[in-house]
Amino acid sequence: MPDQKKYWKSEVELNNQSTLAEDLAQKEFVQKLPEDLLGNSELPESETSRRDFLKYMGFSTAAATLAACEGPINTSIPYVVQPEQIIPGVANYYATTMIDGFDTASILVKTREGRPIKIENNTDAPVNNYGNARVQASVLSLYDSMRLQGPKQAGVDVSWYTLEANVVQQLTTLAEKGEEVALITPSLASPTTNQIIKDFQAKFSNITHHVYDALSETAALNAFEKAYGKRALPSYDFSKASCIVSIDADFLGDWQGGGYDTGYAKTRVPKGKKGKAKMSKHYQFESNMTLSGANADFRIPTNAIEQQFVLAALYGALTQKAYPTSLSKALKAKVSEIAVALKAAGKGAVVVTGLQNEDAQRAALAINELLGSQVMDVRQNTSLRQSDASQINQLVNDLNSGKVKGVIMAGVNPAYTLPNADAFIAGLKKADLSLTFSMKNDETAVQCQWVAPSPHYLESWGDVEMKMGHYALMQPTIRPLFDTKQFQDLLLKLSGSTQSYDDAIKAYWKANILKGASFNKALHDGFHVNAVSNRLVYRDNVDALMQRLVRAKSKAGLELHLYTKTGIGDGQQANNPWLQEFPDPISRVTWDNYLTVSKVDAEALGLKNVNQSDGALDGSVAEIKLNDIVVKAPVLIQPGQAVGTVGLALGYGKTAGMKSEMQVGINAYPLYQNFNPVQNVTVTATSDMHEFACTQLQNTLMGRGEIVRETTLEIFNTKEAKYWNAMTQVSRDHQEIDVTSADADMWQAFDRSIGHHFNLSIDLNSCTGCGACVIACHAENNVPVVGKHEIRKSRDMHWLRIDRYYSAKDTFERDLETVENISGLGDSLSTFNKMEDPSANPQVTFQPVMCQHCNHAPCETVCPVAASSHGRQGQNHMAYNRCVGTRYCANNCPYKVRRFNWFLYNKNDEFDYHMNDDLGRMVLNPDVVVRSRGVMEKCSMCIQMTQKTILDAKLEGRQIKDGEFQTACSSACGTGALVFGDINDKDSEIAHLKEDNRMYHLLESIGTKPNVMYQVKVRNT
Amino acid sequence: MYKDSFLAHLPLLFLTICFSFAVNAQEPDIQKGKSLFNANCAACHKLNKRAVGPALAGVSAKYDKEWLYSWIKNSTAMVKSGDAQAVAIYEEYNGSVMTSFPQLTNEDIDNILAYTDYTPPAPAAATMAVAAPVQSGSGYTNDLILAVLLLVLAALVTMLFLVNKTLNKIATANGIEIVKKEKSKRKPIWKAYAQNPFLVFVSVIFLLLSSAYVGYSYLMQIGIDQGYMPIQPIHYSHKIHSGDNKIECKYCHSSARVSKHSGIPSLNVCMNCHMNIAEYNGDEDLEKGYTKEFYTNEIKKLYKAVGWDESTQSYTGETQPVKWVRIHNLPDFVYFNHAQHVSVAGIDCQKCHGPVEEMEIMYQHSSLTMGWCINCHRETNVNVKDNGYYTKIHEELSKKYGVEKLTAAQMGGLECGKCHY
Repeated sequence: MPDQKKYWKSEVELNNQSTLAEDLAQKEFVQKLPEDLLGNSELPESETSRRDFLKYMGFSTAAATLAACEGPINTSIPYVVQPEQIIPGVANYYATTMIDGFDTASILVKTREGRPIKIENNTDAPVNNYGNARVQASVLSLYDSMRLQGPKQAGVDVSWYTLEANVVQQLTTLAEKGEEVALITPSLASPTTNQIIKDFQAKFSNITHHVYDALSETAALNAFEKAYGKRALPSYDFSKASCIVSIDADFLGDWQGGGYDTGYAKTRVPKGKKGKAKMSKHYQFESNMTLSGANADFRIPTNAIEQQFVLAALYGALTQKAYPTSLSKALKAKVSEIAVALKAAGKGAVVVTGLQNEDAQRAALAINELLGSQVMDVRQNTSLRQSDASQINQLVNDLNSGKVKGVIMAGVNPAYTLPNADAFIAGLKKADLSLTFSMKNDETAVQCQWVAPSPHYLESWGDVEMKMGHYALMQPTIRPLFDTKQFQDLLLKLSGSTQSYDDAIKAYWKANILKGASFNKALHDGFHVNAVSNRLVYRDNVDALMQRLVRAKSKAGLELHLYTKTGIGDGQQANNPWLQEFPDPISRVTWDNYLTVSKVDAEALGLKNVNQSDGALDGSVAEIKLNDIVVKAPVLIQPGQAVGTVGLALGYGKTAGMKSEMQVGINAYPLYQNFNPVQNVTVTATSDMHEFACTQLQNTLMGRGEIVRETTLEIFNTKEAKYWNAMTQVSRDHQEIDVTSADADMWQAFDRSIGHHFNLSIDLNSCTGCGACVIACHAENNVPVVGKHEIRKSRDMHWLRIDRYYSAKDTFERDLETVENISGLGDSLSTFNKMEDPSANPQVTFQPVMCQHCNHAPCETVCPVAASSHGRQGQNHMAYNRCVGTRYCANNCPYKVRRFNWFLYNKNDEFDYHMNDDLGRMVLNPDVVVRSRGVMEKCSMCIQMTQKTILDAKLEGRQIKDGEFQTACSSACGTGALVFGDINDKDSEIAHLKEDNRMYHLLESIGTKPNVMYQVKVRNT
Repeated sequence: MYKDSFLAHLPLLFLTICFSFAVNAQEPDIQKGKSLFNANCAACHKLNKRAVGPALAGVSAKYDKEWLYSWIKNSTAMVKSGDAQAVAIYEEYNGSVMTSFPQLTNEDIDNILAYTDYTPPAPAAATMAVAAPVQSGSGYTNDLILAVLLLVLAALVTMLFLVNKTLNKIATANGIEIVKKEKSKRKPIWKAYAQNPFLVFVSVIFLLLSSAYVGYSYLMQIGIDQGYMPIQPIHYSHKIHSGDNKIECKYCHSSARVSKHSGIPSLNVCMNCHMNIAEYNGDEDLEKGYTKEFYTNEIKKLYKAVGWDESTQSYTGETQPVKWVRIHNLPDFVYFNHAQHVSVAGIDCQKCHGPVEEMEIMYQHSSLTMGWCINCHRETNVNVKDNGYYTKIHEELSKKYGVEKLTAAQMGGLECGKCHY
């Protein structure tokens, strides 16, 4: 039998005294029926009698009947002149590039009748071809009702003419006086924009260009410059990795711009001959529980000081030099183990670090050079992060001292993201000219004299150098919705050029990039690749810095690690309800940021997490103090958080240019002092409690095991599949038979051998939990946003959820081994402490769960109106117009994947999210119904997409090729974890996956015969 | 350009007949001229109105014949050579070049000129006026016969009554007593009925059931807009376009071939033809007020909407999109795809939309209820011919069901999720 690990979703399940988990398991709908209706003692005294009620009933029925006789008059307004490429009802796709200074991705934009409705991955692009959750959600930010609709002067609407004329005049005056004007942009990595800025500086010599990213990679940039003589960041190809050591680098998250999931996942599925299958090994040292840590084979919770020691010790072990550190014996042993693994991996080894410490970054580069790592590519380096912390600090000082007299900003919001925002705002007020190009009336815009509305990237032109030689183009996919202009257009005008930005791009590309290739082809593809011929020579000497690293001393207080959440990132898209409601992959909390604290520290500080009787989570509010900065944040006890450290997400607490519903969380940027995400703070408990909206305990699986199956690479290679992926047996006539065999089936099977039979395979090995599929599902299927209050009541509408399970890594045998290895009292105390609590460093498994589309679906048999029925193509159909809302189906579903519309979520002021305004509704997919109040809904396996594929084949009179069938989630998945297809096509990938010995179904034993299958997780431990 | 209708041909027919008696080999042939005109000139010229080029009626009077020959055969060369008249025309029409017709012989040109010079004589109209009532005569006779028959019947009844009366009088006069039949003592039938509880019970049940049926049928009609015939902002006659002129449905509703929507054609599609058809010259329905002026006025509405200036033959750029009233409204929760039915299945548009080519005003022909959809799916065979997609599935399914032809239902066309998602 496989490992009988205990899996849990929440801390509360580990508590033997608590019956909450069990209570929740028994109830699909936790909320009691409203008591005032049934048990209200005032009811008999109420004024309305039964007869009155009947009268009202009769009247309203009659009125409704009469009203129904008169149908509404619908008008249809065709184009006067129909654009050639638009056919109503047929989607067009455009290749473009998403870049906002934080996320970068080559994407395809699906447009219907000229409006973008969904982001797809541009899989032809060689780099950054996968959009994370924020990229997927960015299409909704286009239709943000809080966007600026025209230029403003000191908050008053003005015309572009006024703005331009005045800005030119002010600039000229400043130029004549020789006063410095700062142009601040994020890292755009745009070759054309760089040229435009150069021309602008040639015209106005007083302009200085500052690159400012909210999240700085200064240390890594400095280290690379020291090592290779160029200010850039290396690119990494994790698909070449066989041993990955990450020291606080969340490279599956937002480390150095992110986008490494695709390559990483390729090495995470055991490949090779039976018995000799191989996969990469991943060690992660970190403080917060991150996506990378959750996917690692070995996750070692450590604080920042220990992480520096580990780097030095690793270098020492690899070079046979001794750098004495005060690491614990266990950690030392781990480091030697890793050094051996790294050496064995040779060119497939890589060490990455996210420590914002130049020495640490140089050490990592040194180790990779030493190993000759092929994973790290210094030649094709990237400029996606260029911000220099000292330059920005200098700028704020110069503004205040009056050295800089003017500021032009584009795409940055320093009044919110700067740690010393107050100083910046004070300086900005002193400037003679302040102009910002912004999509919102944000914190910076309200402080500026002139606000120029800038278009969303889907309305813009642009180009990006993803990494050396890899260029990408951005093109508008819709006409500007508002009176907006790109700042490049204004700079061109101010420089005296008559070119528009798109002409400038075309000219620049023809002259410098394309080398004779077609611009139209590059625009069509969205990218262009040139060969790179540069050579960078490593020239760093790291011995002295290793000495510095090991001398680091820990400071008083708790170590605060600031991080960015998968949903909100740096906070640019904080007004996007999809992202606010997106459950964090690790904590499963929506609509909030919070201080993550280890259980040990929480107990020491008196911080509590309490679950209410309906499963809702409350957390104490803690006061975080850094020098004279005080921030109050709710506390979430996070399993796996390194003891002595706390974590807090940036990007929340925005208030300007935000709908009131979206103004959640607390702003952590003031704590981001000196652009260092690691700070030493003091944390004290307050008596306040905070209400979380957490999908943690919802939809528990009734305590049934076998939901998650996992094994180790060793067992996978040495034992039969029967051992680690056993089929449940049932007894029939005193003989044990497989539960899937026809003899054990009480239902008559339907012949599915003809036509299509759709299956979806989910590989637990390659799923990193990134959540891009969740947002893609929202966009494709018009899934409503319900708000924090409703989520807290377990009324989330997500068709696809990613369950996160914790499990204790060690079995009992290993525990005994650990005890024997204890040395000394200090070590024994910490080790025992860790062993005592399974939540100290749990293993994590991500499991996407959507409707399993059972062939013998329990939901279908209980529906009194046959609203739920089965299609012969394997999809479980849900006819919304037939549903009367009994909710029997949800109660009978063993997978807890059905969602009930408790309210009308569109055109309802109570739910003031995107579906409540005309602009936000433009994102809706016209091929999918917007559901109404009182009906059940669930994953349809994107039947609109499979039907479309079939129709396309019929129209062209051909068979369907493998890979053509997709669902929103499978096409959004950058790691290949989700594979969709027709199992009746015997040569298809999905048909092979169905025969794979890692394949299993959820709750096979209950005989539902799902059409969604899972692949057993194999850990390389 | 004239419509291909009988009326339009009448004067010419008449003329042709007249001329055919005195055929002279040298005389230009107006009939030939007309067809040449339509084939070569009508795209840019009209007889009495300026179009892309000048109006051509009476053109032979304005210019020398020889000059016209060379102009028509190669106008560009004449402009280049600096001919004063040629340059004048060239400049008047903003330098747009007239297509050269070197293939036309002088004789052809003579024919065309004869046609452009020809003015229909007045008597032709009289012929037409006489012909008209004959065409619609049969409609009158039916009503007339009915009325006459009714009159005859009434007269007969009156006569019978009078005869009876007279006979009675005669009988009374003759002293003959007419014995009235003794009414039987039986109970009146209604009383018998009222006293039979079984019959009462059955009929009450029957009444209840039938009123329930009627009520239910009435209520089920709510929301079904079969026959819905709204007044549209522009009186667009499908009868004229699709019926009289036999324009293919998918010429205008082109997206029906590839999209879920059949699409209301954009106005630039209308202008493909209406750039040259500025007035209506077809049949009239005077009773309903559909005169030529009426239709021509509707074409003007189109020009206004699309921003077409007739006098300069150019677009002004001022457009007013037309707000058509939508007739076929499927609820949001139904997915219907035209391409599937039109292109894949090859179903005629008329199958669902009815005899559109006879509809002066468009209306909803079918009920568009789910029962109606399902019924068709049950009865209609899938068009698998020459479609590579169906080859395999058809082979397997026909083996399974033991039939050669498969209905949409057998292909899974009754499943909820095929239309509701």
